[in-house]
Amino acid sequence: MSTTAVPDVAVAAVAEGFWTRNRKVGLVLLALGLLATVLFGALATGEQARFTLSEDAAGAALEVNGTVGAIVFGLIVLAAGGALLAGLPKRWFVPVLAAGLVAFVLSFLCWQVSAAPTGQNFMPLVNIVRGTFLLALPLIFGSLAGVLCERSGVVNVAIEGQLLMGAFSGALFGSISGSVWVGLVAAAIGGSLISLLLAVFSIRYLVDQVVMGIVLNLLAVGITGFLYERLMQTDAARYNSAPRFSNWEIPLLSDIPLLGPALFRGNIFLYLALLLVLVIHIALFRTRWGLRTRSVGEHPTAADTLGVRVLGLRYRNVVMAGAVAGIGGASYTLALFSFTKNMIGGKGFIALAALIFGRWSPTGALLAALFFGFADQLATYLGAINSVIPGQFLAMLPYLATILAVAGLVGRVRAPAADGKPYIKG
Amino acid sequence: MSDRNAQPGSPDKEPASEDQAGRTALGNTERAEAATTPGEPGPRPTLGRLFLENLWAANTFTVTLLSLVLAMVVGAILMIISDPEVLATYGYITARPSDAINASWTLVSEAYANLFKGSVFDPAATTVNAALSPISETLTYTAPLVFTGLSVALAFRGGLFNIGAQGQATMGVILAALAGFLLPLPPGLHLLVAVLAGALGGAIWGFVPGILKARTGAHEVINTIMLNYIAVYFLTWLIVQNGVQDPTRTDAISRPVDASAQLPRLFGDGLRAHAGIILAVLATWAVAWLLNRSTLGFELRAVGANPDAARTAGISVTRTYVLIMVFAGALAGLGGSQMVLGTTAAALTPLVVAQIGFDGILVALLGRVKPWGVALAALLFGALQAGGNRMQSYSGISLELVTVLQALIVIFIAAPALVKAIFQLRAARTARLQTSLAKGW
Repeated sequence: MSTTAVPDVAVAAVAEGFWTRNRKVGLVLLALGLLATVLFGALATGEQARFTLSEDAAGAALEVNGTVGAIVFGLIVLAAGGALLAGLPKRWFVPVLAAGLVAFVLSFLCWQVSAAPTGQNFMPLVNIVRGTFLLALPLIFGSLAGVLCERSGVVNVAIEGQLLMGAFSGALFGSISGSVWVGLVAAAIGGSLISLLLAVFSIRYLVDQVVMGIVLNLLAVGITGFLYERLMQTDAARYNSAPRFSNWEIPLLSDIPLLGPALFRGNIFLYLALLLVLVIHIALFRTRWGLRTRSVGEHPTAADTLGVRVLGLRYRNVVMAGAVAGIGGASYTLALFSFTKNMIGGKGFIALAALIFGRWSPTGALLAALFFGFADQLATYLGAINSVIPGQFLAMLPYLATILAVAGLVGRVRAPAADGKPYIKG
Repeated sequence: MSDRNAQPGSPDKEPASEDQAGRTALGNTERAEAATTPGEPGPRPTLGRLFLENLWAANTFTVTLLSLVLAMVVGAILMIISDPEVLATYGYITARPSDAINASWTLVSEAYANLFKGSVFDPAATTVNAALSPISETLTYTAPLVFTGLSVALAFRGGLFNIGAQGQATMGVILAALAGFLLPLPPGLHLLVAVLAGALGGAIWGFVPGILKARTGAHEVINTIMLNYIAVYFLTWLIVQNGVQDPTRTDAISRPVDASAQLPRLFGDGLRAHAGIILAVLATWAVAWLLNRSTLGFELRAVGANPDAARTAGISVTRTYVLIMVFAGALAGLGGSQMVLGTTAAALTPLVVAQIGFDGILVALLGRVKPWGVALAALLFGALQAGGNRMQSYSGISLELVTVLQALIVIFIAAPALVKAIFQLRAARTARLQTSLAKGW
């Protein structure tokens, strides 16, 4: 993305001489490590910080003295930073950076858990992991929708609108028919309707795709809000009481400690999300459709020359993306809550962030979504133990991380080359 | 969808009546003209003839007007299908079509009549205040939109897509409010400082994506979207801090802005219109001057048209990018500051800036990214907002319909080819209509 457009601008982005990107990141890690060791170590109490493998304080737990834990993990961060600064080979960059960041989070948690009010010095890991996946669900669906669109060269800023439309039509038609499955199909169709508008206007009428995305978001907010007030608010029993998918327990797998209760006792949407990541990953990188999609997103003229129907493929992918996002929206209304106005509340934009942070790949998007979900869940947990860290700052984390990623501070992100450029057959 | 045929053009109470008259008349002239002049330069057309010809061509004005009409038709359909009583009459439309048509007509015409009465003039008004009230409401909603619209338009002209007007307005409202209730200053000065603080807040928030774009090439669309949310979370955190939160309240609301920092009202205490609209007109003039008359404006347009050529000509693209975003941010920040310094609210709440930043994007597009066009577009959006309030309370049509109308208008405007096809407009001689702007990421 970024660099190709403006050459004189790009020169500044390439680190040269002694201060390579590795060394800069190492320096940042050193600072974080210092912060962790000194500040977290000093603020942590001598209480045992317990990370229990269950939903409450009981059962097996990993225990560590708060102060000791905070300092030890802080020192690990320092070591990782020092290693990068000393000029570690490039292939070590990602693992060392990851280790450093994880250690930083652990040091932070040791401080927080040990400093919690008496009797609450524990962190129920099952709840945390389950919450992470639950909060990441709409993000996974949303960012997969983004992957499908943008890999074929159509910018999808309308994820928010697609999720919202999916949630709304899922709730509406689920309620009217009384069937979750009808709701699910309706949600997919609702999401793809918004997508279809995006496709028609950006592919057929060559409207700027970012503009169209923004406008479609507003349109979705308007239409669902309007119909919500007219139909659902006046007769909630008829229009806004969709049945809900129950949780399906997978035998054997659900008995795995920690991951079992979190991952294998979920509802259809959780399984569907993980399955979709796998399917889209394989389809994108191992099938003919995937090769064509990627070529259309990178160099449509070349693809066209080789006989790929560029516009047809784009239409198909964009509409499919809408269906995926629509199902993501239904993961709210057909499993958790009844529909309320503007209930997606910006999740679509976090999904967009996850897409970019995950570098336009399905697995990357999954990891980014989980990371953002974890930040969200952590904010809830810290709120529950009356932490001094305001939840709002944790809520900013996904957005800050994305800005850092886009600015090239943490790795380099690059969009498909033809992303956002309408293709005119000539 | 049968209702579209059932009542052609019924929803558009005010613009369509004259437009429809024009349409039939025009249909005739067009046909007559096509028959007589098959291309060769005939006798010089009269001014009136020229006017009529252009009226039905795909020029900016006609497309805008027809987009409005189309949006209102879709709005009417939404109203009808969401009203169970009216919808019931369609069950026996073959037996008694008049019922369905009458019921739909009553519903839609009343709603749009209220939209008009709430924004322009209410014929039933008896006092001066009541007669001025719709205009005053419209101007109140218009003022901040002019600023955010100008912010987006200015960035567009420089080749940048500023989706961050929302975040910049948020930072503007924060600093303006803080200056409004923390600084003990004399009346005139206090207002000035608060307004400037708002501009500063927005400018800072615009500087960040500007410098990132210039230094690292990071795409401003992504960064401004992210900064929008960071600003919102900062606001929700800030409101509940000691010294900021209203000590008499437990919910998330800040202390009110001092009276000395509030914009004076224009039509007396009974009406909400405030001096913000005057600032808005001044800002429009200033941006128009900046764009068309100043060196910076020239550089900005050059960079927007072709960054490579601009660089070759010796213009610093990086510096221009940063300046554009700082100016755009300052404008959005000024718009945000009006949300607490004006009459909309006196204190910070999590939703204090409403949607003005996102609406600003629509306003900029509707105004064809030209300063005075933006001001007019903001006026239209302000009127829709003001009228929507009355439509909600009198006709029970949710305010969300206004959002739908606004989004639809811009969709149709952005795709003039569609409007042209629907209404069979002829190609315009001048004005390229496609508002093609950013280049993806």
